[in-house]
Amino acid sequence: MKEIKVPVTRIEGHGLITLRLDRGGKVAAAKFHVTEARGFERFCQGRTVWEMPGITARICGICPVSHLLCSAKAGDAILAVRPPRPAEVLRRLMNLGQFIQSHALSFFHLSSPDLLLGWDADPKGRNVFGLAQAHPQLALDGIRLRAFGQEIIAALGEKRVHPAWAVPGGVRQPLSPEARDRLAAKVPEARRIAQDALALYEARLPEWGEEIETFGNFPSLFMALVASDGTWEHHAGRIRFVDADRRVVADGLDPARYPEYIGEAVEGWSYLKFPYFQDAGYPEGLYRVGPLSRLNCCDRMGTPLADEALARFRAQADGKAVTSSFHYHYARLIETLAAVEQVARLLEDPEVLSPRVRAEAGINELEGVGVHEAPRGTLFHHYWVDEHGVIQRVNLIVSTGHNNLAMNRTVAQIAARYLTGRKVSDGLLNRLEGGIRAYDPCLSCSVHAVGRMPLRVVLVGPTGEVLDERTRDA
Amino acid sequence: MITLRIDDIPVQAEPDQTILDAAKAAGIRIPTLCHLPGLSPVGACRLCLVEIRNWNGKLVPACATPVQEGLDVVANSDRLRELRRTILELLFAERNHICAFCVANGHCELQDLAAELGMDHVRFPYRFPPLPLDASHPKFGIDHNRCILCGRCVRACSEVEGAMTWGFAGRGIFTLIEADLGDPWGDAKTCTGCGKCVQACPTGALFEKGRATGEQEKRPAIVAALTERRPRAQG
Repeated sequence: MKEIKVPVTRIEGHGLITLRLDRGGKVAAAKFHVTEARGFERFCQGRTVWEMPGITARICGICPVSHLLCSAKAGDAILAVRPPRPAEVLRRLMNLGQFIQSHALSFFHLSSPDLLLGWDADPKGRNVFGLAQAHPQLALDGIRLRAFGQEIIAALGEKRVHPAWAVPGGVRQPLSPEARDRLAAKVPEARRIAQDALALYEARLPEWGEEIETFGNFPSLFMALVASDGTWEHHAGRIRFVDADRRVVADGLDPARYPEYIGEAVEGWSYLKFPYFQDAGYPEGLYRVGPLSRLNCCDRMGTPLADEALARFRAQADGKAVTSSFHYHYARLIETLAAVEQVARLLEDPEVLSPRVRAEAGINELEGVGVHEAPRGTLFHHYWVDEHGVIQRVNLIVSTGHNNLAMNRTVAQIAARYLTGRKVSDGLLNRLEGGIRAYDPCLSCSVHAVGRMPLRVVLVGPTGEVLDERTRDA
Repeated sequence: MITLRIDDIPVQAEPDQTILDAAKAAGIRIPTLCHLPGLSPVGACRLCLVEIRNWNGKLVPACATPVQEGLDVVANSDRLRELRRTILELLFAERNHICAFCVANGHCELQDLAAELGMDHVRFPYRFPPLPLDASHPKFGIDHNRCILCGRCVRACSEVEGAMTWGFAGRGIFTLIEADLGDPWGDAKTCTGCGKCVQACPTGALFEKGRATGEQEKRPAIVAALTERRPRAQG
């Protein structure tokens, strides 16, 4: 038996890739395993629905806000209330802050070392510190943009990580005028940074032709929330699926009825489930979520600068869906710009300072679904409670889970292109990591798993013998 | 008037006062948990243990020990800090006290004491008992995971409200606070729904329904306020 193991670093969580070769030395199968289990769905049982935002926010330190807000929305459904509009404005504001900080982390801190320093650069310097040496202004900008996102979260929830602020029925406290003014004063710089990063990325785009071709470039379905008029959405709206030609396959789907159109397959070799679009079956019903998918699904971004960028993005695929997962980076930068523009707009909303931010109610429904666009994609929280509001059952479908099939396809595509001989070269290792990283996956979230993410790559021969194994620690 | 020494400071006290009362009047801090002004002292938690030098270093609960002439009390020492910290660690290890998403996070006497006494970790293995949460009452809930069996709810219910809904059931670490004869709280016929037990509870074990993480502030002082305003003629 011969195997190659490749570690993936600079993503959240940890995983293992196995590449199986056929007798001719070609990649016969590639699997991206998620090797942790965590058990959130089990240990939430017996807790009250009011505690769920606080508990599920703990799933992750990068996107606690997404779980917090999604959980609060599932709680809204169980209380059968519509939060007052100011609460919705503030929840949107916090989610946009989350988009900005998480996308900034993904692009500037995690991915730009690959993009800007080169795939074959020495791993010792191919990180955020190397970036700071080669492009000091960019690294500084990344830190400042992320800080802006964090500041939005802290202004509302009193802290940057795990704020216990959103509750079933609304939010706990309104935005103060001082915080509003402080944030508004920082919008111009954030907009400038988002624009600069996008311009830099677009200028370098021609250099990455090969990666664009091989980093998960295949036709697939795309799923995202869109507003009722088709505008890019992150907090409300309905589910839309489009195909590789950007034809709408399904539209206006009620997120609360996701089990009617999303199936969840289980494979013995990964703790991460494999969601698929039921109409297309498994595994043909592969769909992607996240920035790339949201941009493929929506009709417009809804803000001027982001809409200009969306037009350039669409031009990459002549108006069809952009199918290379490499372009997650591109989509992420456009969303960052859109988020900054929307923050500016929301801060001027006449109700942004309103104290009417919470609807009180008892237990009125025994089942509730919350849906939300997290930075990494569509997030579902589904709770069943007893008549006293005590959780009986929980189902979480997390962004990285939706992308599981797509990540597997991406790994196979990269391995087929870059594997030579029976060794995992640095170039292959780096590109496998980069391919996974394009999805900005959070494996801790998706299997509700603990820990950081070193990746192992195992290369296996036709009879199952391990040919090579590479591991890179987080 | 009685004269005694607490931490080498001469203190005067009335004969019906406890060591804790005398220390408080003299501005000497002794940590407490099961003690609540307005309720009878029971000395259950042992956090207020003090050392009596002229009783061969005997340890007594300050909340339940009357002052005596000439007592030489040590209220704070390395030994006492270690004992108190150990008691806290045992409390934390016994049940599932998870502050991060607790309704009383930031407003919890147990949490505050852990911080005050420097409990940066627990040296005992956690027991992780599977304990129920009863949310059957329309206004309140009880989470046995967070209960430290201080009995403040039991005393508030019997001594102040007079309803006697709450009592102890079981023995040792299997003891649970129980409404009436083990009924779900929502079915307890004696409960008046006054909520004094919730306000008296030092942790998030008793809470108002609808409170999310960190939202449950307690007002234990209402217990003393009520008893002080009440005529004591019956006594």
